[in-house]
Amino acid sequence: MKCSEFLNELTNYLDGVLDARTKSELDDHLAWCHNCYVVCDTTRKTIEIYRDSELYELPDDLRTRLRSAIMNKCTASKKSQPPGS
Amino acid sequence: MQLVRRAKRGDDHAFEELVRRYDRNVFRIAQHITQNREDAEDVVQEAFLKAYSNLEKFQEQSKFYTWLVRIAVNEALMKLRRRKPERTVSLDEDVKTEDDSLPREVADWSPNPEQMYNQAELRDILTRTIQGLPPGFRTVFVLRDVEGLSTEETADALELSIPAVKSRLLRARLQLRERLSRFFQKKGSGDGDQHTSGDGEQ
Repeated sequence: MKCSEFLNELTNYLDGVLDARTKSELDDHLAWCHNCYVVCDTTRKTIEIYRDSELYELPDDLRTRLRSAIMNKCTASKKSQPPGS
Repeated sequence: MQLVRRAKRGDDHAFEELVRRYDRNVFRIAQHITQNREDAEDVVQEAFLKAYSNLEKFQEQSKFYTWLVRIAVNEALMKLRRRKPERTVSLDEDVKTEDDSLPREVADWSPNPEQMYNQAELRDILTRTIQGLPPGFRTVFVLRDVEGLSTEETADALELSIPAVKSRLLRARLQLRERLSRFFQKKGSGDGDQHTSGDGEQ
């Protein structure tokens, strides 16, 4: 297996959606190709870091304000609809 | 689905519960796409209002959340277009990109890279790094890897084919990895090894 072939399957490999035979071929490649091993390992870490990062959490006060604004707009939109629509 | 059915019948408390359930996710997605706090707030409001107004059109074959994400992504991309009128922003804009995201050089990372920086520094690194991705890649990465949607749900939400989602996800992951390597590589590992595949450069 070439490195380019490994990389093409990297997303499926990391997502665990490969059939047993293809996965085994990729495992074999990883066993001897240090560079692909590093790319695979650090890509997995990249995903984990972003998943755990809690970037852009919605603060409680803003959350309350937004929810209130949304519900007010929804109610107003309902009232503005002609009856029976 | 019970909540959605109640909301469809006009129960506003049920709809408010749906807002409560998904507002954090919609805000995260919106801010990742727009990279702007005010725009993200607007997107949250507009997306839920649109969902409310079009609830009777929602077909229950797909998940309510996927449907809501589709509305939010469209709203967020519209905001981005307004903010950057000089360029067309769409989920298809990156299709022509060839093998630009394949690794050029490979430096191993420290065992616990997130501990190399304090929380504020790490947040800054992660934010700046993901901001550098094209919107089409960023959106797919956020939906799949941050929000945990499946490939099929992401394809459905973005109205892309499954191969297109997979291709963008691979490129997004590899580009982020390469950009983060600059911050997380092992001390003393130099510039890393040259990758031997000859698969192109970024």
